[in-house]
Amino acid sequence: MNTHISQSIMSREWIQENLLLGKPARTYFRGLVTPLNVVAAIIICVGLPLIVSRYIFGLAAVTHASNNQPWGLFLSWGLFSGVPLASTGFIMAATVYLFGLRQYHPLLRPAVLTGFVGYFFAVVFLLVDLGRPWHLPYPMFVSFGTGSVMFLVAWHVALYLSTQFVEFCPAIFEWLGAERFRRWAVKVTIGATIFGVILSTLHQSALGALFLLAPAKLHPLWYSPYLPLLFFVSSIFGGLSMVIIESTLIRRFLPGRMDPANHRVLDGLTLGLGKGAALTMLTYFGLKLIALAHGNHWNLLNSGYGAWYLIELIGFVALPCFAFVLGVRRCRPEIVRFAAFWAVVGLVANRFTVSMFALNWQLPHREFVSLKEALVVATIFTIELLVYRWVVNRLPVHREHTRYKSARKRHLVQAPQPA
Amino acid sequence: MKSTRRHFFKTMATGAGTMLLGPSAKAMSSVEQFNGYPERVGMLVDLSLCIGCRRCEEACKRANQLPPVEAPLNDSSVFEHTRRTDAENYTVVNRFANPQPNQPAVYVKKQCMHCEEPACASACLVGALRKTKEGPVVYNPDICLGCRYCMIACPFYIPAYEYHNPTSPKVRKCTLCYERIKAGGMPACAEICPVEAITFGKRSDLIKLAQAQILNNPGEYQNHIYGLDEVGGTTWLYISKVPFAKLGFPTDVGTTPFPEYTRGFLSAVPVVFVVWPALLGGFHLFANNRQPAPAQEDGVTRNDEETEQ
Ligand code: SF4
Ligand code: SF4
Repeated sequence: MNTHISQSIMSREWIQENLLLGKPARTYFRGLVTPLNVVAAIIICVGLPLIVSRYIFGLAAVTHASNNQPWGLFLSWGLFSGVPLASTGFIMAATVYLFGLRQYHPLLRPAVLTGFVGYFFAVVFLLVDLGRPWHLPYPMFVSFGTGSVMFLVAWHVALYLSTQFVEFCPAIFEWLGAERFRRWAVKVTIGATIFGVILSTLHQSALGALFLLAPAKLHPLWYSPYLPLLFFVSSIFGGLSMVIIESTLIRRFLPGRMDPANHRVLDGLTLGLGKGAALTMLTYFGLKLIALAHGNHWNLLNSGYGAWYLIELIGFVALPCFAFVLGVRRCRPEIVRFAAFWAVVGLVANRFTVSMFALNWQLPHREFVSLKEALVVATIFTIELLVYRWVVNRLPVHREHTRYKSARKRHLVQAPQPA
Repeated sequence: MKSTRRHFFKTMATGAGTMLLGPSAKAMSSVEQFNGYPERVGMLVDLSLCIGCRRCEEACKRANQLPPVEAPLNDSSVFEHTRRTDAENYTVVNRFANPQPNQPAVYVKKQCMHCEEPACASACLVGALRKTKEGPVVYNPDICLGCRYCMIACPFYIPAYEYHNPTSPKVRKCTLCYERIKAGGMPACAEICPVEAITFGKRSDLIKLAQAQILNNPGEYQNHIYGLDEVGGTTWLYISKVPFAKLGFPTDVGTTPFPEYTRGFLSAVPVVFVVWPALLGGFHLFANNRQPAPAQEDGVTRNDEETEQ
């Protein structure tokens, strides 16, 4: 069977069926001209030359090139916000496989895909931001700065990216019709999941630990030995919220790519995820208070930074947490969805604060973002969304592959009732 | 050839092992017991002597093949703004108003402090920055990624980056003229200084010298040697008649060596690697025990087998 399929892989029918969404080439390409695609194309046309210029003229061509503030938008968005929001994969894999909550299975693949794409593009951002991106494999193969938290981040992001690829392999092999490989990929699932959870625990917190090395530079309200823990816990509700947002967007914009059965269970699952998010956010809120008390900088609350700290704590942690609780209590998935957006905005605000606004807070003149930098970020983010859509349109992400449908259904019927 | 390959695999294995299990006990304890290399060099600056001639800037640029100073040495307008080091200026002299009335302004030379346990070196994920046993903190551009974490970590805002260089950008900072020191010489700035505000010598000797200078001029100097304990000690030592806080010296950097700040986190890494698999595996077995079907590891696998039939 395998040979039969691989023979047909490059055939015209196969391409039409699997790459062109089953349409003849001409219809497919005509169909690409939609308002959204045109906007995306414009953004990319503006941004790509900027990215190219960065490699021709150096980083200064697109960034503000500051020696005082060496990290800018690329990392604040691409790495420090991108990675916690891509924690979806490890959270849902743990939920389904480790904690045995099988009813969340329909959201597993989208979550793994979000995670994989998120990490992949975090690396893309690194390739833009690093001075010598071609040295990226050096910490793995050439020279080891073992006492560095960044070393841990580099290794873990690389390993976890591969792990997530393995986790997403079943979907790819279903798409390619490579049954033997698919079964092999499914077999390593549990191992990959456990490995993924370990790696995620460590590098999510390591992103916070990076700033432990800047005690005199990061504003005391945010500098705390609890940073690693805070980063880890917030990545959990960040990931849960992203699963909610992703499914909401797919249901809204690509309803045809989601199985009717998944449409039906989605509201219920959203409430369940909302409950998880509410709990982790509550924990996070508590930890933030402990960190604040531990730092003992109450007097600093009475300053501009203090005001922002309180806005973050109340407006972007306590209130979205409350919204989650409200939505779950009232069984109103739309409130939970709203809370998820809110929580994600809050998480991004927190990462920007720690990695940008509150860093070097004592310096008199600081420039945060240049226009070109923002355009490059918009471009890469647009490409990220297009890639995601491309995959969801083709691979069995929110739906079962026809060949595996019956099996999964039976499995879904079996799963929810504990004995 | 063979041995290089073996070396390669060995280093690979070390890297992977360290990554999975955290820094080795040896690496950790070396941080713990670090007392510094006994023979290492030092630089002592007496800020009350400096006249702001900026000849050290010029000498530094010559010694490091950097483009010449932008403003001529007699142009005092450079002092209107406080400058920092950058990719073409490894050292800069700044002027600070004297807080005591009718006293001359104070000139402060700024450059890499060559910390005893450098934050920058502990930040670097490839070990491109390294503390030598002679004292200088040196940089190897050939392995650097350009992540610029060293610049985030340095508490003195010293390392700069060649943002305009697309093909071989480098982190730039004072080298303490490592090559000259190894050849038995002294750093170019110490050599050129016309008023001997900079003294080069063994760090331990310089500490005694500084203490003597403070003691022998009672009431004149601040009773503090900047760099003796700051961030765990630095190669450059400063004495001054004006409080350091008024001269742009960061006074909130503490005396803890910076590698300490991340040590706790790094030592938790192996714990997670050992405890998590057991914990999560346990969860898995527990949670899946509730399944109606007997003795199956994983629901998905089972169902796949069903498909086959
Ligand atoms: S002053 Fe900064 S750059 Fe120089 S050794 Fe210390 S941490 Fe490194
Ligand atoms: S920029 Fe280079 S020297 Fe600095 S931490 Fe990164 S790899 Fe190391």
